Amino acid sequence: MRLRSLSRFTVAAITVPAIALGAAACSSSSGGSSSGSDTGSGGSGTTLTYWASNQAPSLDKDKEVLTPVLAQFTQQTGIKVNLEVIGWNDLQTRIQTAITSNSGPDVLNIGNTWAASLQATGAFMPYDSAAFTAIGGKEKFVKPAMDTGGAPGQDPTSVPYLGLAYGLYYNKQMLKDAGIQPPTTWEEMVAAAQKLTNTAKSTYGFALAAGSYTENVHFAFINGSQNGGEWFDSAGKPTFTSDANVQGVLRYLNLMQKDKVVNASNAQYDNGTKAVNDFATKKVAMILNQNNADNSIQSNGMKSDEYGVVPFPAPTGGQKIATFIAGINMSIFKNTKNKDAALQFVKFMTSPETQKTLGKPFSSLPVLKGETPVFTDNPEEAKTFADIYANMSKPLPLVPGEDQFESTVGKAMNTMFAKIATGGTVSADDVKAALKDAQDQVAAAS
Amino acid sequence: MSASAIREDDQATTALRSKVTTTKKKKKARRPSPRRSRWLPYLLLLPAVIMELLIHIVPMLVGIWMSFIKLTKIYIANWSAAPWAGFQNYAIAVDFDASIGAALLQSFFVTAAFSLLALGISWGLGMAAAVALQQPFRGRGLVRTIFLVPYALPAYAGILTWNFMLQRDTGLVNHVLVDNLHLTGDRPFWLLGGNAFASIVTVAVWRLWPFAFLSLMAGLQSIPSDLYEAAAVDGAGNLRQWRHITLPSLRPVNLVLILVLFLWTFNDFNTPYVLFGNGQPAGGDLISFHIYNASFLTWNFGIGSAMSVLLLLFLFVVTAAYLLITRERNTTPKAASKPAPKAPARTEDSHA
Amino acid sequence: MRNTTGFKVFRGVTLTLLGLFTLIPLYAMVSSSLKPLADVQGTFTWWPTNLTIQPFIDMWSTVPLARYFVNSLIICTCATVASVILAIIAAFAVSRFRFRGRGVFTTTVLSTQMFPGILFLLPLFIIFVNINSATGIQLVGSYFGLILTYLTFSLPFSVWMLVGYFDSIPKELDEAAMVDGCGPLGALWRVVLPAARPGVIAVAIYSFMTAWGEVLFASVMTTDENRTLAVGLRQYSTYQNVYWNQIMAASLVVSIPVVIGFLLVQRHFVAGMTAGAVK
Repeated sequence: MRLRSLSRFTVAAITVPAIALGAAACSSSSGGSSSGSDTGSGGSGTTLTYWASNQAPSLDKDKEVLTPVLAQFTQQTGIKVNLEVIGWNDLQTRIQTAITSNSGPDVLNIGNTWAASLQATGAFMPYDSAAFTAIGGKEKFVKPAMDTGGAPGQDPTSVPYLGLAYGLYYNKQMLKDAGIQPPTTWEEMVAAAQKLTNTAKSTYGFALAAGSYTENVHFAFINGSQNGGEWFDSAGKPTFTSDANVQGVLRYLNLMQKDKVVNASNAQYDNGTKAVNDFATKKVAMILNQNNADNSIQSNGMKSDEYGVVPFPAPTGGQKIATFIAGINMSIFKNTKNKDAALQFVKFMTSPETQKTLGKPFSSLPVLKGETPVFTDNPEEAKTFADIYANMSKPLPLVPGEDQFESTVGKAMNTMFAKIATGGTVSADDVKAALKDAQDQVAAAS
Repeated sequence: MSASAIREDDQATTALRSKVTTTKKKKKARRPSPRRSRWLPYLLLLPAVIMELLIHIVPMLVGIWMSFIKLTKIYIANWSAAPWAGFQNYAIAVDFDASIGAALLQSFFVTAAFSLLALGISWGLGMAAAVALQQPFRGRGLVRTIFLVPYALPAYAGILTWNFMLQRDTGLVNHVLVDNLHLTGDRPFWLLGGNAFASIVTVAVWRLWPFAFLSLMAGLQSIPSDLYEAAAVDGAGNLRQWRHITLPSLRPVNLVLILVLFLWTFNDFNTPYVLFGNGQPAGGDLISFHIYNASFLTWNFGIGSAMSVLLLLFLFVVTAAYLLITRERNTTPKAASKPAPKAPARTEDSHA
Repeated sequence: MRNTTGFKVFRGVTLTLLGLFTLIPLYAMVSSSLKPLADVQGTFTWWPTNLTIQPFIDMWSTVPLARYFVNSLIICTCATVASVILAIIAAFAVSRFRFRGRGVFTTTVLSTQMFPGILFLLPLFIIFVNINSATGIQLVGSYFGLILTYLTFSLPFSVWMLVGYFDSIPKELDEAAMVDGCGPLGALWRVVLPAARPGVIAVAIYSFMTAWGEVLFASVMTTDENRTLAVGLRQYSTYQNVYWNQIMAASLVVSIPVVIGFLLVQRHFVAGMTAGAVK
């Protein structure tokens, strides 16, 4: 009896989990593998795997928008597309694991500022002249946008897909009441903001995402560029501590510190939507946002004729840079088994018809030459943004270390804003020291 | 009078135990050589060992290997091409004069302080609640369940709620402090600057103490109530009973609980990640989060792995020391639930 | 413990303070889930001025919550059952037997708690992908991979805690049972497990909760179809807006079954081994 009970129990102890796991495995293997499936280089019957990023107000909305577009593609070419929409929180990690394990999608969206970094991994297919012909030609893209495709001097590993640019949004009524014209220089902007700041009524001239390291570094770049500063030299070495950059960063910090047109609480705003919220609920008069703020502003109750947009102004005598070239690019994994199908897909997504369809729901600017923006019904706003994107923009540094630049400088600025918000002061020397620290980290890690 | 009865009781138990032991010895002599019993423990361990190897050990070894190569974004698609870095990654991590090393050291101190505080407070609260709920009363089940809710909530939701509450202008905490209680006129920041440390300790304790409560409650349930009754008859007050019965009986549970609480709080990634988002104030820069920001976010897996290995070594040393110290105090060869030192203590009580 | 006045005061104070500490954030959650988005983003008010259940309706469509919920339930339950079984037999071996390698096993198992989770991620992902290509068993993008991962994550602590609980049950009980004629495993089943029931329940709860809240590995190992709740909740924070009220509503709704589970289970935290088994 002892023997029987022993073996019965042992058998149970080992088989029960095995069965449970087996059952789970069998019932769930329909997950959809994440590697490009099916052989065959592009005829009908192929299935592409596509990772899309989150551009609409929710991931489900992204799916809603893309599904009919993809269905149209399948109808035209016979190629099926397996879509997955990935939130920004997870996208970089997913890309890292895909690259590491050599098993990822065929085509994917990337933030265009990642292009040079991802290019350095060698995991993405360079677009040579044959590839460009397959997708409709390099010249069809707006030049500044195409410049973001990869490091200069090499074949780019991504092509522009959706365009975005920063603009200065202002509340028409608040400016009119104070008798101010929309600002055209930095000095005018600060003066306007000061006039519109009334701490007793808790209204401020500006709201900034002062706790978001990505927003902060974007403006470090723009302000530094307005002073003519560069963040990397031609050899790819970081040059963060140049006077132009230091002064640019300090100028931005001073909006909260010296000019006092920004609520100290903004140091907690770790993404742009909070600032947009303040604007839409009329607590602040101006914000700096990418053109996809329209959706959020309107969903918060403000009507499109209540606000206007001008380019982010430079100081008098500075370079007229109003934005860096923001947006989404499209890349193809080097080891995809469906290269031709993938190229056809990219051609389709960057065709004028598709771009027009996606422009409104994704609030994007067109990346194709000669197209008018459709993301807004306001023709003035559309014209302003088109102008900003084509003529007043500069790409973020196109070096492999770009992401390190963003995280180190951005976080340094977070800390400086926090210091200011909690009552401390930040001088030009402090800024220089912080930028030196960031520079050392980037240099050490390359 | 009752003391001697207890002592007799003890002697009876000891006698019974030795009888069982001798019986066992006799039985052992009679049983044929137990080959089956010799394999049994290994068989029982096998499934756990296989899973551990696959999911923990092998990846850990790979992770350690990663710390010796220069694994950056350039090589991540092709690991075998990554150049050997020897101890270079470690050198960068411990160079306390340079910015990377200095930041790591500071993060280490913040984490140590955080861990000790969070662990201590959580344990204290868990013990207090477990003792308070030891006796049945109406609604006890409901109270227990309510206490476990912070632990039951998905981590993200619970921590996000605190982020929401700690906002300077719109949060509940400042609303209470400034608008309701008028304790201070200035609206303090809780997620930036110096107060960030207090915030992260509070949030960690909020989520962690129910777990200590759960473990201690389970442990308390297996202490036979007649031990307490006997001591009460002896004249021992509640506090004495707690010190001399509850604590010793809980020793095996506490041993593990405290160590594990320490390791979890030290390695905590979720709490700073969700509470501070991209903020990362110095007061809340816990080491797991710091390593993530300083390396993985920038594709510097070599340095990140080196920092992780250093962290592992540190925790290893601490754990080994902890186990050694506690094992020394455990050399009295009695099963833990029969607290041998109790006998003299109870004698004291009865004479007190 | 006697129900003295001192004890009653202690109990009252403890329960009140801990109750407030626990309940106030929960109240903040509940009240936020009943406010429209604009109110939630404004100054905090104790009582919702525009009471609405809209967040509870919208949350199902902003994110496919129902699907994520089912996925989480399946994954976490399987992982918990498997983990508890493995932990029980392993802990029994460590607690009751002296065998060679016992020290090594316990030390290694404990050391896995010291390694930051983020460092396992890439190697584990690669291992899973390699297993997939070698054997065809799909681990990434299926329930299976996550179940294996989660059951192992909770294993070390479960084993350690169960060793502690088992250790506090005198071996004499085992031996008494074995004198009656069942083997060591019979003793486990008949004597040790029932006596350690509160411990086993605690460990099961721990395993479940660990799997339930895990975000990092879930975000990498799953695709949209088998995504879990923990990752899903993060998706309410989108590119354009953070839907606080829906996050709170969703968290409440998905926590209710877990809380009910606790209510049912905690009745089993009965007074432990019956006194007199040995005497």
